[in-house]
Amino acid sequence: MFSDFDFDVIQRALPYMGQGMMFSLGLTALAMIGGIVLGTVLALMRLSSIKAISLPASGYVNLLRSTPLILVIFWFYFLVPIAIKHFSGDSYAQGIGPFHSALIAFTLFEAAYYCEIIRAGIQSVPAGQINAAYALGLNYWQATIQVVLPQAFRNMVPILLTQGIILFQDTSLVYVVGLTDFMGAASKVAQRDGRLVEMYLFAALVYFVLCFIASLIVKRLQMRITPPR
Amino acid sequence: MDFGFLSQPAFSGGGTYFDWVITGIKWTMLVSLCAWVIAFTVGSVLGVMRTTKVVWLKGLATVYVELFRNIPLLVHMFIWYFVMPELVPKSLGLWMKQGMPMPEFWSAVFALGFYTASRVAEQVRSGIESIPRGQTHAALATGLTMPQVYRYLLLPMGYRIVVPPLTSEFLTIFKNSSVALTIGVLELTAQARTISEYTFRTFEIFTLATVVYVVITLAVVVIMQFVETKIRVPGYIGTGR
Amino acid sequence: MAMIEFKNISKWYGNFQVLKNCTTQVEKGEVVVVCGPSGSGKSTLIKCVNGLEPFQQGEMIVNGKSVGDKSTNLPQLRAKIGMVFQNFELFPHMNVTANLNLAQVKVLGRSTEEATEKSQALLKRVGLIDHAQKFPGQLSGGQQQRVAIARGLAMDPIAMLFDEPTSALDPEMINEVLDVMVELAQEGMTMMCVTHEMGFARKVAHRVIFMDRGEIVEDAPKTEFFGTPRSERAQQFLSKILHH
Repeated sequence: MFSDFDFDVIQRALPYMGQGMMFSLGLTALAMIGGIVLGTVLALMRLSSIKAISLPASGYVNLLRSTPLILVIFWFYFLVPIAIKHFSGDSYAQGIGPFHSALIAFTLFEAAYYCEIIRAGIQSVPAGQINAAYALGLNYWQATIQVVLPQAFRNMVPILLTQGIILFQDTSLVYVVGLTDFMGAASKVAQRDGRLVEMYLFAALVYFVLCFIASLIVKRLQMRITPPR
Repeated sequence: MDFGFLSQPAFSGGGTYFDWVITGIKWTMLVSLCAWVIAFTVGSVLGVMRTTKVVWLKGLATVYVELFRNIPLLVHMFIWYFVMPELVPKSLGLWMKQGMPMPEFWSAVFALGFYTASRVAEQVRSGIESIPRGQTHAALATGLTMPQVYRYLLLPMGYRIVVPPLTSEFLTIFKNSSVALTIGVLELTAQARTISEYTFRTFEIFTLATVVYVVITLAVVVIMQFVETKIRVPGYIGTGR
Repeated sequence: MAMIEFKNISKWYGNFQVLKNCTTQVEKGEVVVVCGPSGSGKSTLIKCVNGLEPFQQGEMIVNGKSVGDKSTNLPQLRAKIGMVFQNFELFPHMNVTANLNLAQVKVLGRSTEEATEKSQALLKRVGLIDHAQKFPGQLSGGQQQRVAIARGLAMDPIAMLFDEPTSALDPEMINEVLDVMVELAQEGMTMMCVTHEMGFARKVAHRVIFMDRGEIVEDAPKTEFFGTPRSERAQQFLSKILHH
């Protein structure tokens, strides 16, 4: 079945696909950083005993977690330009471009998932630790930043990274707004040269190798943090 | 917000825009449910295989899980839709391209189903592995064979334990069904995008689509909470001891 | 021939040897208590009897059959040997009667009516007939362990194995379980018990085995063991658990 498999087309497309991969990795890294920062804020909000703080955060997280990522990408792709025109009052205002709208979409979307991971991490820190911090006279922020979050993040690193791998796979969905990430590059070459079999199998292979190696590294890390019994 | 446009006849025929939304919901549900049947059955078998002591069964299931979960769903979609007909024997490939009814639909179902099976397998495996080893010992000590231990102890307990994670896997399938739009399945998100392009009622139609997703998610959560209380083991708290 | 015969049993976890050349036997109708510090291998040893723990060297003969032999039908052999575990290990999703019935029906092939009748009689005997329809999670630890003993007895075993049956129990529940075990011993059941309950050992044991670091250090009739243990390690152990 591979008799007329054309390896040349892959080789010729490599530089172009390399650019696509840089795009995918860049989007992953930025959305991951933004998602973790925003997710931490959301997690602290959700854990607040003040309803006016916890409810909006829960509402946001539950809304985003029950919406498909593609729909969220569309929301920002189609609506951010409209919103900018509306609020600036300038009907010729430039949009922020598909990359930025995708970045915002991914950050806001992933924040909801990171929030839940971080919340579980914070809750896994024994209450005695917080009591001890308060007993020493630390206030909420001191206790949270000095005592709770460092312990929580230490336990969460593997899960946060695993979510990062999922995020990396998810970035392939920017295909739907025509961006040239790795998958976008693969599909453009595939369509142009009529070589769908080669390009899609190659894309699958590259994704597999990267994600598999990354997941092995995460597993290693996890072993070091919590040695198996 | 003005939803009046929903009752207008659609630009390219086929009823009103509201009808398009309904069609979208129908395809979303169909893809999700059919894919779930595959994901649940294949995933269960793989999950059980990973818990056995038979090396080659375990290895086979592990290879499947690693292979499928480390490739993005979009790539799975494209492979099932564009690549598969080229890789199978010529006559079958020709049929898949020309004779098979609803090729986008079935490609989406297979892609989503076999992809999610790898995630279901991990849930089933961790459910079974969370049952203390002493339980298996006790069952074996009464003279049950290993298949009987699975049948009467590990599977009934394991499935009870994994109802919550399996519920969220189903919801993941439900949300991921939107990826089927990339190969031309006119599910809810696709319909919303098309309607937005025809009517410029982007805000309204996306809001409507989001609300539909949220409502169906909530409904599934409520139903599964009911199921959970139905199958709850009296006096049994959690999985640890 | 002894009912249970240990011949030079050795077992390793990787490089770590958990059992070293263990040789002993349990005669029909005999009650043997196995004691020793934690990690001494006593639980592992008792689990070798019905093949729950595989061993790499030696031979285990139970009722004339070799446990390590590939041709031995292990489920059939296990069905004849009752076992009680430290953590009870009742099946949480089945009520008490279903716990007792399961192996009777699935292994011995009894009808459900027959099995239920047997279960009822045994529950009466351990004083839990009122709890027949409850789930394990709704019972106290002591009650669960009595159910577990009844589950073992329901198979009409030729011997019973007890793996620290009282060490997961709150102190006030220990006696209700020991009482059932004493009664069993006095009826002539063949028993091998891993336990630290020396009162139980004094009362009904015929022999006491003391283990340390995977070795059988002492294997003596009860009076001899409690009178003048020969090894220093056993003396130390006894003084620790008897005078605290």
